Amino acid sequence: MTKTLKINKNVEQGILELLRFLLDGGKVSGVFTLKRINKEGSVAYSLVTRSDELEDAVPLFPLMPVNAGKLLSRFSLRGKSNKPVAAVVKPCELRAFIELVKREQGSLENIFFISSTCGGVYPIEMAVDGAVENNLSKYWEAVKKGEIPAQIRPACRGCVEFKPYTADMTVDLVGSSDIDKRCMILLNTKNGEELAQDMKGDFLEKELDKKILDKFQNKREAERKKLFDEIEEKMKGLDGFIDIFGKCLGCHGCSKVCPICYCKLCEFESPDSEYKPSNYESDLKKRGGLKVPPGTVYFQIGRLDHIAISCVGCGACEDVCPVDIPISIIFKKVGESVQKLFDYIPGRDVKEEIPLLTFEKDELSEVED
Amino acid sequence: MKKDEEFMPRILAFLCNWCSYAGADLAGTSRLKYPPSILPIRVMCSSRVDPLFIVKAYLGGIDGVLLAGCHPGDCHYEKGNYYTRRRFALIKKIFEELDMEADRLLLSWISASEGPKYAKVATEFTEKIKKLGENPAKNKIFL
Ligand code: SF4
Ligand code: SF4
Ligand code: FES
Repeated sequence: MTKTLKINKNVEQGILELLRFLLDGGKVSGVFTLKRINKEGSVAYSLVTRSDELEDAVPLFPLMPVNAGKLLSRFSLRGKSNKPVAAVVKPCELRAFIELVKREQGSLENIFFISSTCGGVYPIEMAVDGAVENNLSKYWEAVKKGEIPAQIRPACRGCVEFKPYTADMTVDLVGSSDIDKRCMILLNTKNGEELAQDMKGDFLEKELDKKILDKFQNKREAERKKLFDEIEEKMKGLDGFIDIFGKCLGCHGCSKVCPICYCKLCEFESPDSEYKPSNYESDLKKRGGLKVPPGTVYFQIGRLDHIAISCVGCGACEDVCPVDIPISIIFKKVGESVQKLFDYIPGRDVKEEIPLLTFEKDELSEVED
Repeated sequence: MKKDEEFMPRILAFLCNWCSYAGADLAGTSRLKYPPSILPIRVMCSSRVDPLFIVKAYLGGIDGVLLAGCHPGDCHYEKGNYYTRRRFALIKKIFEELDMEADRLLLSWISASEGPKYAKVATEFTEKIKKLGENPAKNKIFL
């Protein structure tokens, strides 16, 4: 059983009340949360230090303008936060941040995490014309019933990691029928308990409802299978790969927004990756033709090699792809398969080493001759 | 390549300086027979091979890639080949998932005294690649 704070307000009000309490009581100096920018439904992650600034905060808004793991990395890259901050993030954002911390791209120190069981987020394109706003009531209806909301990111539809692993507090959302009336926050860690101490509300012992979440899990797994099967149908060798990526613009937007792609100087954008006249000549002699500039397939397989081991399946890459390549499903599928080799779940535990930075003496005999 | 000529694959072999390259050398000085398909590249340690070298070679049209190093426990730098094995497993899995003829990639441990093993690996791998035929990447324009 986990100590749980029950606030007798709807879930959004409840969590705002908690955040205000944390700020006003001096328990944290800042709150990192999604905040409305305008009436059209644009939201951005912001760091707030005054509780009146929380008025238009929407911590649970079903949108991920940028994977917050990436932002928290920028926040703590040059040194840990000196003051305690509470961050409200989605489970895959938390996992992404953990992966970045493992790569020394951020610090967990002085950041407390509030997450939730996650119903998924809408594609970014729906944020520009108010579509998210218009869908909100439908979204919460679906989440309440433990159903997969329509129109969310494909990556979210098939996401089975919707429970946070390491959050200090978990808001009970998925399949929780009375979120209109009350807000349940599980206090998973000692820090979580201490933060919530003295907060107005009832304290009880509770677990997330396993039956409800298992059902939800099954639905997600069925969707995941569908998405994977579809892509497997197309991903048939080099020809299939070229078919899928034939329309790739080479904008590298997918890597720019990927939380795991943290390199400031990307190998695939370095002068080394630029074709010299002699490269063109030798390649053209062989093939009789060449896409200009070459390197799309190399970039995509290369990026898989670099980050598949830590892909958290957040879907940010696919969301920004101007030509709608199902990148996140491909990366998620390949990612899960390589992660399975090492029994690794990215972001599960900061103490788990990135598999490529460690080894067992006796393993993987199936790959050696 | 003319139709009646037998297809002789081109196989890129990354051989670590301390074991596998010496093993290949021994195979040569012992006059062991193996096919002329191997293009060796000497690297100081198998762990010097970035998996992207393998990807690049594959996309460049090479028919097979052999990565060979000291047996586990014998790496001149103690643990290089353990990392190699993980990286290789990863890139091989990616090829498998993309349905991209992962059989064109081979990892083998060949010590300095294993001239015969080198000849055997070279022969068998060449045979396997012959069955697979030419690397389809060779004729691709979109890359
Ligand atoms: S975002 Fe889409 S078009 Fe741009 S590089 Fe990635 S896959 Fe290609
Ligand atoms: S590859 Fe795509 S889905 Fe995976 S972590 Fe990066 S942005 Fe998220
Ligand atoms: S020196 Fe041979 S594998 Fe490292």
